[in-house]
Amino acid sequence: MDSVKKNTEIHPDERRIILKKADLPDYDVSIDCYIKNGGYEVMKQAFASRKPEELCQEVMDSEVRGRGGAGFPAGMKWKFLDRKSGKPIYLICNADESEPGTFKDRQIIHKDPHQLIEGMMITAFATGTAQAFIYIREEMPLGAKILEEAIEEARAKNLVGDNILGSGYSCDLIVHRGAAAYICGEETGLIESLEGKRAYPRIKPPYFPAALGLYMCPTIVNNVETLCNVVHIVEMGGKEYAKIGKPGNTGTRIWCLSGHVRNPGYFELENGMFTYGDLIYKFGGGLRDGRSLQALIPGGSSSKVLRAGERFTGKLRSGEEFNWGIEDIPLDFDGPMAAGSMSGSGAVVVIDDSVDIVEVLANINAFYAHESCGQCTPCREGSLWMKKITTRMANGGAREEDADLLASIGDQIAGRTVCAHGEACAWPTQSFVAKFRDKFIEKAKQDPEEAKKRPFRMV
Amino acid sequence: MAFDLSPETLSYIDKVIPRYPEKRSAIMMILHAIQKEKGYLSLDAQKWVAEKLELQPIQVREVVTFYPFYREHPIGKRHIRVCRTLSCALNGSYKICDKFKKEFDTELDEISPDGRVTVEFAECLASCGTAPVAMVDDELYENLNDEQVEAICEQIKKETPAADPANADS
Repeated sequence: MDSVKKNTEIHPDERRIILKKADLPDYDVSIDCYIKNGGYEVMKQAFASRKPEELCQEVMDSEVRGRGGAGFPAGMKWKFLDRKSGKPIYLICNADESEPGTFKDRQIIHKDPHQLIEGMMITAFATGTAQAFIYIREEMPLGAKILEEAIEEARAKNLVGDNILGSGYSCDLIVHRGAAAYICGEETGLIESLEGKRAYPRIKPPYFPAALGLYMCPTIVNNVETLCNVVHIVEMGGKEYAKIGKPGNTGTRIWCLSGHVRNPGYFELENGMFTYGDLIYKFGGGLRDGRSLQALIPGGSSSKVLRAGERFTGKLRSGEEFNWGIEDIPLDFDGPMAAGSMSGSGAVVVIDDSVDIVEVLANINAFYAHESCGQCTPCREGSLWMKKITTRMANGGAREEDADLLASIGDQIAGRTVCAHGEACAWPTQSFVAKFRDKFIEKAKQDPEEAKKRPFRMV
Repeated sequence: MAFDLSPETLSYIDKVIPRYPEKRSAIMMILHAIQKEKGYLSLDAQKWVAEKLELQPIQVREVVTFYPFYREHPIGKRHIRVCRTLSCALNGSYKICDKFKKEFDTELDEISPDGRVTVEFAECLASCGTAPVAMVDDELYENLNDEQVEAICEQIKKETPAADPANADS
């Protein structure tokens, strides 16, 4: 049986619901192990005694927000399904985990695949799905193998396939592998890809997946972690689940911490109970010796950067006033949003003072330029120019006008593209230039020979 | 030119197509299977897939040329992909990549002189917590440092015979 290394050091302040069993030393990916630990019980009960609409209502009541990046309420997403069309409904699990800094779905897929399958089959039953898919990125070949084997095990026990558990409801589940294109994480790009085409995202409106998704049929696309939450929502009841975390930020989230911290890793935490400071210092062990914080990326590399020492002030939706430093920002959906950024996929990247901030942006820009699908001119051309300019700057060719030039390119992309990749590629440049303007100007004043030496290369 | 596939791959392809509501959806899984067997996707292979799925060859080629993982030319026997993206770069992945290149005396995206490997940069491999990381074929290696890279390369050299220089072009 395939297995990956376990992370047995679990911080006592974590609240593990999704990852409750994943890292137990003797817990494996087999269906026997999952069932021995109470697995598929929620599904069996749901199929035997709950109506699909009741299950949808539980998810609505739970107020669970999507864990893929946008944070859209999952219950609402399901409610938007066009049921009048008479066309088959499809369910797709987005396991294309690609936002730089994110590695949470990897843990679930490799260590507890049956939890995802149970969540998907409950979701499929609740929404009347005709066929379900897991779209997994190519770079997780072991994950794809584990999932395929797990699905076969589940099929043998009549948990997937025809007349599931004698309920009269049938739904097949298959694993589909991507081929290293980040844009497939965008739900309409994913759908095009699953249809066997280039992953060119579709314009919304009219192509909302809930109405015109896979094969122009109503489709739900949910993230791995979101679908796992469904098991626990149905088990404890939506209203009970909503008591975990904070209103509007219910449940737990698996935060991925990486970059310049002593103990990088993933931590499942109750929403709103901790701050970014807790994540970096308490869970992540703080920065490395002799280093200080330069910048923080709060939710995947497309989220707007925060500069060390920055203050964030304003009024929360509740009317409460806030005045935060980076360390005080609540670790949930709304906290980083109030601070002008976003929690995205929960990927927190810590950047200390050992690296050149221009070079950090150049690294990020190289990613988004590589991953632009090329469909919309502003994104295709703009992301490339932002990469070229920042790479030139990092290589000792910075000019004083670069900061303005970069900002103007970023401003001409965001809001002018079919999909959110426009924002994803523009936000880093816009925010880095706005917040580190002095460093970009300073770069231009550097002796080019000195700048060329670059002891720490990132592009 | 006739294009042949092993019976295993053929039977896999015939199994995978009916799983999808529409034939065309099977294209990526088929391309994966063929690339796994042949090492790359030749124009003949693409034509074969087009016929199999009742598509125009261009509909196959536009897929092959869009997704970075598909390739139209052979690579070394082993495929080394070093993660280039932020968290890995912050933890020295560029140096790790240089080390791989040096071990095989090769340049990025080229087949090494001994034919054993092709070293590439990959974009975020979704293992940022154990940066820097790299993949060798289907295997992920985490928390890399120079010594580990040396050990991995040693292992590759042991497992994978060098190409016979006399047949270097075949």
